[in-house]
Amino acid sequence: MSTISEIPKEEYIKTCTAACAGCSSSLCLRYVLKAAGPDTVLVIPACCTSVIQGVYPNTSFNVPVYNIAFAAAAACASGMSKAFRSAGKKTNVIAYAGDGGTVDIGIQSLSGAFERGTDFLYICYDNEAYGNTGMQRSGATPLGAVTTTTPGGKGEFKKDLDRIVAAHNPPYMATACSAYPLDLYKKVKKALSIEGPKFIHILAPCPPGWRYESDRTIEMGKLAVKTGSWVLWEREYGKLTVSGPSKAAMKNPLPLEEYLKGQGRFKRVTPEIINELQQAVIKNLERVRKEEEGIC
Amino acid sequence: MLTIATGNKAVAAAVKQAHPSVVAAYPITPQTEIIEQVANFVARKEIATEYIPVESEHSAMAACIGASVTGVRTFTATSSHGLLYMHEMLHWAAGARLPIVMANVNRALGPGWNTWAEHTDAFSQRDTGWLQVYVGTVQEAYDVTLMAFRIAEDERVLLPVMVNLDGFSLSHIMQSLDTVDLGDFIPPIRLPHAIDVNNPMGYGPMTGPADYFKFRWDIERSMRDARDVIRETEEEFARRFGRKYGPTEDYQCEDADVVVVSMGTLGKEAEVAVDILRKEGIKAGSMRLRWFRPFPDLDLKGKEVVVIDRDYSFGFGGVVAASIKAKTGIECYNVIAGLGGQEVTYDDIADFVRNRKIGEEMWFGVSE
Amino acid sequence: MYEIRIHSRGGQGGVTAARLLALAAFRDGKYATACPFYGAERRGAPVVSFVRIDDAPIKIYSQIRNPDMVVVLDASVMETVDVLQGLKKGGSVLVNSEHPHEFPGFVSHHVDLTDIALAKNLAIAGTPIVNTPFLGAAAKLGIVSFESAKQAIREMFSDERNVQVAEAAYKEMVI
Repeated sequence: MSTISEIPKEEYIKTCTAACAGCSSSLCLRYVLKAAGPDTVLVIPACCTSVIQGVYPNTSFNVPVYNIAFAAAAACASGMSKAFRSAGKKTNVIAYAGDGGTVDIGIQSLSGAFERGTDFLYICYDNEAYGNTGMQRSGATPLGAVTTTTPGGKGEFKKDLDRIVAAHNPPYMATACSAYPLDLYKKVKKALSIEGPKFIHILAPCPPGWRYESDRTIEMGKLAVKTGSWVLWEREYGKLTVSGPSKAAMKNPLPLEEYLKGQGRFKRVTPEIINELQQAVIKNLERVRKEEEGIC
Repeated sequence: MLTIATGNKAVAAAVKQAHPSVVAAYPITPQTEIIEQVANFVARKEIATEYIPVESEHSAMAACIGASVTGVRTFTATSSHGLLYMHEMLHWAAGARLPIVMANVNRALGPGWNTWAEHTDAFSQRDTGWLQVYVGTVQEAYDVTLMAFRIAEDERVLLPVMVNLDGFSLSHIMQSLDTVDLGDFIPPIRLPHAIDVNNPMGYGPMTGPADYFKFRWDIERSMRDARDVIRETEEEFARRFGRKYGPTEDYQCEDADVVVVSMGTLGKEAEVAVDILRKEGIKAGSMRLRWFRPFPDLDLKGKEVVVIDRDYSFGFGGVVAASIKAKTGIECYNVIAGLGGQEVTYDDIADFVRNRKIGEEMWFGVSE
Repeated sequence: MYEIRIHSRGGQGGVTAARLLALAAFRDGKYATACPFYGAERRGAPVVSFVRIDDAPIKIYSQIRNPDMVVVLDASVMETVDVLQGLKKGGSVLVNSEHPHEFPGFVSHHVDLTDIALAKNLAIAGTPIVNTPFLGAAAKLGIVSFESAKQAIREMFSDERNVQVAEAAYKEMVI
């Protein structure tokens, strides 16, 4: 598959959900479910998707959705997967969780489920803060970003979730971004074809949280990739491959400022912080390059 | 088959026969022997159960929830701090109407670290929507664990059941155990709201003020119906296997002037105290409260009541005494005894009765 | 009701000794309970466990305070623990020892369970197993029948040497 027109036409999310205008996470979920198909159960902890799915007695999703407490998505999915497999069912179990439910409160159950080799796909859609409750700082919030609990900008770097997950040596893990749906679609397809714990980390720009106009969501995702701030790659059985869009971007990345300047949350960052962030991007790109070349 | 076993092994033996599809558990003293036994049954392929060695009790209950909602039988066991760590998920399991069965080996809470018996761990979960039953012997631990699956999975109930046994004093004591040929005593599980990809639904989505309370009421309605289901199940158990149980175990209560109400192993020890008191001419009886949720109707009219609470609600009083007063209006002599495994003998219990002061509270061993 | 308190050291199998004895009593058609007193257990620290045997169901869960009999599986615990505490008048003491001990006012028995275990090379990680030979001694004292003692051992252990050491203790013990 090489063009977006080849993606199945079936929809598993009804139109007019409760998502914010320009929400990238519901856009991502649309492609995740198209890739997964109808034999799928979503497990979601407290996150934006808890709201997006609709209010009882309605649901806007056309697959079963199991809501579970904030810290428990991976553990719940772990029990569900075992029950399905023991009943001889191949049903996809996909945990779809935000960054807070993954890097912060959910990290223990995520680690446990991966260590146990649970046959499921865990997707973290990362909008770099607790979006559902109005943008409080999370471990995934980047340095310098203003949130409601970091009014002067966050003083620490974003937690490197991918290296934590990688330490569990899953058979498949990847990064994705809402601005590249075809890339995401293919990665979900591939992940679900592999047995064991799979992980996809999606950067999900958030108009109200990041403070940009809601028609610029795709542009924001593209800038994240083109500046190298977000790198698209996949790692199968330990072998890392940089994905097409990032491959091109890495040759000549745009200055990070291009990405930051359109976001209200970075409005007050100092040139020193921008430099720190830029240096971190350069360092990370170097690390990815070395890993792909097999140097480290 | 007649054998000898610890309380923990008796629970495990019942679990083996009930044959859950998924067991997710985390070790904690003094419960660990239960899950070790189950893990061994699985390893030896004596049962076709998926054993999930989770990384915490919170995840143990979350994994049971995830498995249960697919429509299969699930079990876990815990104790004390493990139960408290599960607290959030206990509410979730009941609210999601999942018939999970759990053995809780009652143990005190830290600090200081104490691994001995106390009921505060389970009492602090009393409002979670779980049925709670407390057993007094190894045999009862086995029988009740079997019955728990049938009660939980009854479509009139569909609520989780917690089987409580006293840490060490019952979990680790060895007594005789008569195992049964189960037959079809526990019917195959049928969960009406099991996940079905051909009929996709949202489970536990946002539910507004106009609807939420209806689900809460539905839990309470099932709790009330559970009284009938418990009675029917206990009667059926007696008919098939010959051992009778009820909401309380009453010993010499009928003509008694004074009744000792207690729970767990203290309730058996109290029977010995009753024998001693009767020899002295004191017409005493013992009522061992077995079911705590749903709370049974107690026939204590015209009796003086001595309640032994192996628990405490700080700033209020003993939980059992308060419950009895709330339900029956009866003032009792409330003895707080056995906390953190404090030794309470039949002689001590006889003294509680001899020295009773109705309307007062007494902390055993505390002189003030 | 016959109440027995067993003194040993952590890791020595005192709890198993109690369980074996209860199981044997149970096989004799009696009611029996065995319970350990669990503290913060450390290997080598003095520990106690309890056995009750009766013709009627046993409802008592509290510790035994006035035993009919005290068993000392490791004689060295007597240096730090008053093993006679609460022992009923005229009650008996069984000590794992090669030589007799004097306990005025009580009936004293001894047998070298350690030597019997070592003679059969019965040890776990260098610690001689004294609980299975103990069952032979208990049978000799008439607490349980010898047949039930052997049956109990076979139910809990597959190694037949455990039965052989019980037989040896039964034979060696003088009463």
